[in-house]
Amino acid sequence: MALNRDFVGRASAPSSPYEVSRVKIKEFAAAIGDNNPIYRDREAARAAGHPDVVAPPTFPIVFSLAGGAILADPELGLNFAMVVHGEQRFQYQRPIYAGDELVSVSTVTDIRSVGRNEFITVRSDVTTVGGEPVCTTYNTIVERGGAG
Amino acid sequence: MAATVKYDDIEVGQEIPAADYPVRRASLVMYAGASGDFNPIHWNERFAKTVGLPDVIAHGMFTMAQGGRFVTDWVGDPAAVVDYGVRFSSMVVVPDDEKGAVITVSGVIEEKLEDKRVVVGLTARCDGSRVLSKARAVVQLS
Repeated sequence: MALNRDFVGRASAPSSPYEVSRVKIKEFAAAIGDNNPIYRDREAARAAGHPDVVAPPTFPIVFSLAGGAILADPELGLNFAMVVHGEQRFQYQRPIYAGDELVSVSTVTDIRSVGRNEFITVRSDVTTVGGEPVCTTYNTIVERGGAG
Repeated sequence: MAATVKYDDIEVGQEIPAADYPVRRASLVMYAGASGDFNPIHWNERFAKTVGLPDVIAHGMFTMAQGGRFVTDWVGDPAAVVDYGVRFSSMVVVPDDEKGAVITVSGVIEEKLEDKRVVVGLTARCDGSRVLSKARAVVQLS
């Protein structure tokens, strides 16, 4: 089923604050097989000039999909069983560190058909609870056969 | 902040040697837990086949993370990656055996930007297919 184009421009309410913990960064680094001490050891991170351990570049996937609520809205018409990940991008205004408290606002920026598939792009603007910009993520998912 | 690669030492066209990253079923279980993406296509062969997939496939984000690791290992500082984007062009099929699959990542300097930044173009392959396309990272060098 074609996705509801009326959703383009729709934005989520700000997410509840996500507190970035050292433990979660370490767990994420272990899951991607990365042994970099800057992800695990505060002293190593400080020695490299950082205030605390740093999150890996793809870490925001853990919390940035506050847009999930938009995607799950039955009015959009997305069939999750047919969804695959199309594109992903992380654009950093500054690195993410343990101790950050982050809020995401997600906006549907585009819905389009390519062949028999439907593509939907969600941008998430991630800031600290104090409003400091941290990163912008772009997530494009594909509903296979959705435009068929 | 502490990139070990110096902007002045880098030329457009310079290649970053390829690295291999193994992925096994256990890797996907760990990634599901760490990322919160519990879609059964990434751990349940029976379910994967019912939705038309050949077998369990890796999370696209797992593959993207390997590309990220390739860049952060090269530059020496994870915080030096200021922009990283990919398109997922093919699946990484992960069989249920000791070998699993291997993602091979290589890179090339595509462009030198202002402020000591460079664009690294990445190639990621698995089992003869390109699994990422349009994979580019903007990296802050020193």
